[in-house]
Amino acid sequence: MNETAATMNVPRSRAWSLFGVFAFVALIAAQAYAVLTSPADRDMGHLQKILYVHVPAAWITFLAFLVVLVYSVRYMLRGQEKDDLLAAAAAEVGATFNGLTLVLGMIWGKPTWGAWWVWEARLTSTLVLFMIFVGYLALRSFVDDPQQRAQWSAAVGAFGAINVPIVYMSVRWWRTIHQIQSSPSTMDSAYVLGLRTNAIAFLLIMIYFIRRRYELARLRRATELIADAAALGGM
Amino acid sequence: MAWREDLRRVRVIAWKDITTERRSKAGFNSVVALAVTILVLFGFALGPEAQALRDAAAGAMWLAALFAGVLAFNRSFQVELESGAIEPLLLYPGSRWTILAGKLLANALFVGLMLAIVVIVGVTLFQVAIPKAWPSLLGLFALGAVGLVVLGTFYAAMSSRTRAREVLLPLLLFPMLVPVLLAAISGSKALLTGDLMHEAGAWIRLLIAYDIIFVAATLLAFEHVIEA
Repeated sequence: MNETAATMNVPRSRAWSLFGVFAFVALIAAQAYAVLTSPADRDMGHLQKILYVHVPAAWITFLAFLVVLVYSVRYMLRGQEKDDLLAAAAAEVGATFNGLTLVLGMIWGKPTWGAWWVWEARLTSTLVLFMIFVGYLALRSFVDDPQQRAQWSAAVGAFGAINVPIVYMSVRWWRTIHQIQSSPSTMDSAYVLGLRTNAIAFLLIMIYFIRRRYELARLRRATELIADAAALGGM
Repeated sequence: MAWREDLRRVRVIAWKDITTERRSKAGFNSVVALAVTILVLFGFALGPEAQALRDAAAGAMWLAALFAGVLAFNRSFQVELESGAIEPLLLYPGSRWTILAGKLLANALFVGLMLAIVVIVGVTLFQVAIPKAWPSLLGLFALGAVGLVVLGTFYAAMSSRTRAREVLLPLLLFPMLVPVLLAAISGSKALLTGDLMHEAGAWIRLLIAYDIIFVAATLLAFEHVIEA
């Protein structure tokens, strides 16, 4: 509430730049480790390697949406613009990873299931989740008043998150053929470490992206506030 | 007796919307005409083989109701926005959720009437035999309509005030309504074919849960949305 250009401004800190470099190095290392050390799968062969991008991307998608939910509810309770900007940053990052999950899943599905797309519970609900994100981001781009945009997207973000389990249940009842979720106990130990390190690398990347988008959003708001103040003759 | 006052407010707002619509009829008539047109177009896309039409009847009826319903939801706030009546409405004392509740009631009536016409036309055009379990079917349609109206009205409160309301409302609403549509279409289909797999009950329970969750959530969140 009542932010001024001074409180909105976030200087880009060197620490975050270092964090970004670290996140990307971690990602490259984790990918290289997983791809080079994992043996070819008995059924899937080297197609199995897509696991190290697809599965972490899917986890990060849900995590990002959780961040959207938390900051949307926090905005509704406290009304601070920072919470709204963080929710928006998480939504953008979440939508990107969501799209990545879908595309990688399709690339994996074509040779494995023989089709780019099957109407199965987890695929279909991930697609619906993507559509909810797209709606959220479209709403943000169509509303100019910052307070209105924040209030509305908080409601839309929270509702979307509430809906995710219901969508999943409904699509699951409608049809299901996806393989049972893999867990470390069903997965050969040769793959587990590669998957875990990649999940951590993806998490670092997510945090870095959300931070950078958030900084950008705050800088944009700061310029808007300066422009408003100048127009009112206060500068 | 605050709740009695609130109920009276809900009734007055619903009655105001119903009266406006009853006197002009323009909105309702065009929405129903659109729904029937969509049904006919589905007939062209899927027919003319009788069995194919019968299989797709439930889906066609629900999608026709959904597409036409979007217009009705946007209208329910547009009339007030155009005449600048929304601010005075907000300035009246009393809880804000009563505005949403009143509009929900009025919209439920419109959509219910529209659905009734869509079902009559759909049953005729798609050569559907009315099943013995028609009371359950009626209940399922009512529950589906509630889900449609609750989120439709809530999202219209936002989208009708933006630059791109025609695009934005379906974009926000349709993905959110996936559970309602799946449950309504699959449940109707099951009941129309005699519910051999006993799955209609599960779909009806899903609709009840969805309706309760989102009626509560919209009433809670409405204050934030309309204030802005």
